[in-house]
Amino acid sequence: MGQTISEKIISNHAGKKVYAGELVISDVDGCMASDTTGPLTIKAFREMGGKKVFNPKKCALIIDHAAPSPNERIANLHKMMRDFAKEQGMRLFEIGEGICHQVMVENQYVKPGDIFIGADSHTPTYGALNAFACGVGSTDLAATMMTGKIWLKVPQTIKINCSGKLQDGVTAKDLILFLVGKVTVSGATYQTIEFTGEAFEGMTLASRMTIANMSSEMGAKTGIVHPKGLKLDYDFEAITPDDDANYIKSFDFDVSGLEPQVSAPESPDNVHNISNYEGTKINYAFIGTCCNGRLEDLDIAAEILKGKKIHADVRMVIAPASQSVLLDAISNGTMKTLIEAGASLITSGCGPCVGTHQGVPADGEVVISAANRNFRGRMGNPNSNIYLGAPSTVAASALEGHIVNPKKYLL
Amino acid sequence: MSGIQTNIKAKAHVYGDHIDTDRIIPGKYTKTLDMSTLANHVLEDLDPNFNKIVKQGDILVAGINFGCGSSREQAPLALKQAGVSVVIAQDFARIFFRNAINIGLPVLELANHKIDKGAELDVDLKTGIVKDLTGGVTYTATKLPDIMINILNEGGLVNYLTKNGSYSL
Repeated sequence: MGQTISEKIISNHAGKKVYAGELVISDVDGCMASDTTGPLTIKAFREMGGKKVFNPKKCALIIDHAAPSPNERIANLHKMMRDFAKEQGMRLFEIGEGICHQVMVENQYVKPGDIFIGADSHTPTYGALNAFACGVGSTDLAATMMTGKIWLKVPQTIKINCSGKLQDGVTAKDLILFLVGKVTVSGATYQTIEFTGEAFEGMTLASRMTIANMSSEMGAKTGIVHPKGLKLDYDFEAITPDDDANYIKSFDFDVSGLEPQVSAPESPDNVHNISNYEGTKINYAFIGTCCNGRLEDLDIAAEILKGKKIHADVRMVIAPASQSVLLDAISNGTMKTLIEAGASLITSGCGPCVGTHQGVPADGEVVISAANRNFRGRMGNPNSNIYLGAPSTVAASALEGHIVNPKKYLL
Repeated sequence: MSGIQTNIKAKAHVYGDHIDTDRIIPGKYTKTLDMSTLANHVLEDLDPNFNKIVKQGDILVAGINFGCGSSREQAPLALKQAGVSVVIAQDFARIFFRNAINIGLPVLELANHKIDKGAELDVDLKTGIVKDLTGGVTYTATKLPDIMINILNEGGLVNYLTKNGSYSL
């Protein structure tokens, strides 16, 4: 019987052919925790008798969710992480080095065909690399750090085939928002999503990460982009599904006519064509996060904002996904363009998206954000409303002071 | 079950579908190891009164996709610390489900329940049978995989691994 990508990757780790529904205890190729999940991971690791992590080169801690520390309580949690990393001889990515998922990919903690476990729900992002990557909580991660293993049920797979090429001015974010709207926030619970078809084949690694990232918003265990067209800086062996693989469900969409998409408050699957929301006044525009803080995202915003000023009633925050992204955006002039247009640059990290610090909206305010979640209270204030869109939509909306279709600035 | 009470008779607090982890415990309160901070803010953006009315042993009941969103284990920890003895939902988001079992908070999936706000429930965790004493209906929960039953029986993954050293299926 044929296998899906997930079934093949898990089989390679289990040492036998496995199929959806089977339970396995698998070796993992890497694991990480952030400063939201890391302190509880360390506590659980010690409580379960952990002395040494299974392999310090395959374990990492990242300070990104509240970086730099906004208060003494969090400063002490960061210190706990630094002390643990030093004791274990493992790498800790410091404040400003970047968002966990971005630095794991840039530093090759995860590669095609790997099983990676991260204590963060957007760990499926590495499905862009043709890896099987799952999010877990702190205690699961502590167990993986101690044993090098995870127990998991081989998931069923949903196939999403997108034919046609996206129009100019329509991006990977518009496509994944559209798909979240169709599949819904619980439509893929416990399952893998395989993204396949022409629409994905020409995508950069960065765009593929945007796609895989929001598998989480459909409840999926992970999301894997078919490796056809994937280009990396190193050689790799692509894992592709068999023709007779078994899928629980298949979707087919022709996306050649897709328009920019917006997710309205207060659920990521509340997705509509942008025309439904054009004219909605905004107070705050945000570009960053593990979903859309990469160089191509900042570049497209700069293309729209070059030589212009954002609207007088709008403030704009930019959080590059990593230090490496920031340096590239400085080198190519993008950062200068964005700052001259009126944007405020903050430390690489997750702060505004998780409502920790560095840009909490006021009561009654409206945010247009390039992030992946718009739950009530997500950005730190339950009395604000968050719309999600592509970085292009965020930039164009910042310019005009209301939600607007960015296509006219990009054609 | 050594770590947890297996027979629970208590009141149900009933909420709707897609209760996300930001509603269970907002991100701004998660960076702490102090469990009372978590309990003080549990569900505050959904029902600001919850932490005042919840009593030790009470049962939380919800619709579909309970616990969607973040991987924060602070969500089940906040509920447990606030006194919730078991969470019943039509179904759960997967990370929340694993996290709850891992910290020893029992979770039961009742696909088609019609439990009303304030109902008195009688829950037997060993059999998965839930009697709605107010509604007069008896439900049977979806069975957990054996490994999850074993983890829960020890009161969570820390105790399970302390005892066994590693996983076994």
